[in-house]
Amino acid sequence: MGNRTPLFSRHQDAGARLVDFGGWDMPIQYTSLIEEHNAVRTHAGVFDVSHMTIVDVSGPDAERWLRFMLANDVARLKISGQALYTGMLNEQGGVIDDLIVYRTEQGFRMVVNCATREKDLQWMQDHLEGFEVHLQERPELAILAVQGPAALTLTAQVLQTLGQPELAGAPASLKPFTATGSGDWFVARTGYTGEHGMEIMLPDQNAGQLWDALLQAGVKPIGLGARDTLRLEAGMNLYGHDMDESTSPLSANMAWTIAWEPADRQFIGRAAVEQHKQQLADGQLPIMKGLVMTERGVLREGLRLECVMADGSKLDGIITSGTFSPTLKHAIALARIPSGTQQCAADIRGKLIPVRMVKPGFVRHGKKVFD
Amino acid sequence: MSDFPDDLKYSATHEWVRVEEDGSVTVGISDHAQDLLGDIVFIELPEEGATVTAKDEMSVVESVKAASDIYAPLSGEVIAVNDDLNDAPETVNSDPYGEGWICRILPSNPAELEDLLDADTYAGMCE
Repeated sequence: MGNRTPLFSRHQDAGARLVDFGGWDMPIQYTSLIEEHNAVRTHAGVFDVSHMTIVDVSGPDAERWLRFMLANDVARLKISGQALYTGMLNEQGGVIDDLIVYRTEQGFRMVVNCATREKDLQWMQDHLEGFEVHLQERPELAILAVQGPAALTLTAQVLQTLGQPELAGAPASLKPFTATGSGDWFVARTGYTGEHGMEIMLPDQNAGQLWDALLQAGVKPIGLGARDTLRLEAGMNLYGHDMDESTSPLSANMAWTIAWEPADRQFIGRAAVEQHKQQLADGQLPIMKGLVMTERGVLREGLRLECVMADGSKLDGIITSGTFSPTLKHAIALARIPSGTQQCAADIRGKLIPVRMVKPGFVRHGKKVFD
Repeated sequence: MSDFPDDLKYSATHEWVRVEEDGSVTVGISDHAQDLLGDIVFIELPEEGATVTAKDEMSVVESVKAASDIYAPLSGEVIAVNDDLNDAPETVNSDPYGEGWICRILPSNPAELEDLLDADTYAGMCE
């Protein structure tokens, strides 16, 4: 038996197929992955993401420490409630994890992946010397993500009826990538689907009530299967697939998450990613692209790509995430390919099928986004 | 609960076989298999006229989650394929034993039928 979230029995009641996910018994799907996917694109769905790890950072050096630990710069978060997406890098400029960090009244809150929890916590512990920082994991908090075009309205309604009137205005008033809190409730305009939505952190003992109220309001429970097709349509990275400790953020479409300025901020991995930047300029670093295949078939993680370079030579690339897009009704993928690739083809069971390269990101707010 | 009709034979690799009056067999994938695969989005059908060998790959079913090989339950010639699945692969999810059939094979060695499982044995294997 794996770890269980406070909603485990509700998942069973809702008919979920439960699978082991990074040591947690999590719902992969309730009815049909495509039905659940479409519910989020057209109405609203709720995901139990309580398996993710919340770490609160406080103490007089909290900001200084995070500016050292993270490639993005938390000094950009001017006021409480603002959030940013960032990589946490190792000295070689590989990605230890990707995470969201929020500025809070008490300091900062990080939400990191569940499969990397122990490694992340160890890495943080190992780098506390010289900083007056207090780290507190919050395993007693659950996280629900409500996503979809109707998510904001329905979340506001539900918060109102659950006696959280001070948070009920948040879905309407918060801008994307901002959050607000009340006691141990924390409501953020963040998500992982390319739709409007909220992520709600709250005490375990309240999670069931919120879940029930959302379902009552017509929000559909969504499993991790649809979460993956939704995030991939949105062109978002998945740790351990699209990047890991051996991947430069510059090869994982994460260049925008590196705060190069101020130039004197020494964050872990800075020297290495500055070298990567030069390699990228020289065409020596692989890049991440989106792939589109409208022919019949599905692109899958691990498929080899044959990439044709400007001089006609051929090099290999690889698909890091691939799926059938329920919204677009054809295959999409994220892939790591040699810089300078002119065209590429996927090796599907020995046949080379041409694929189109696009900027990562396929669907946003229910609509196709590439040309 | 998955459905295991009594009048069919099954392979351990989740294909079903129905013997037709003319001695040919209709082949599909079991209800249990379609349920495990989830939403089916693409099927690479065998070619009509192709010769297949029992237990060899003859087609591929792709769901959103995974690609899965379909094995020939019997040796013989493929005499018909269900072209409707090209446009509506999800029929395999909704009606695996009916409209979701995959192909018909004229067996070259009907004795191979003896190697297939009856419904109870197959159902037990799927538990």
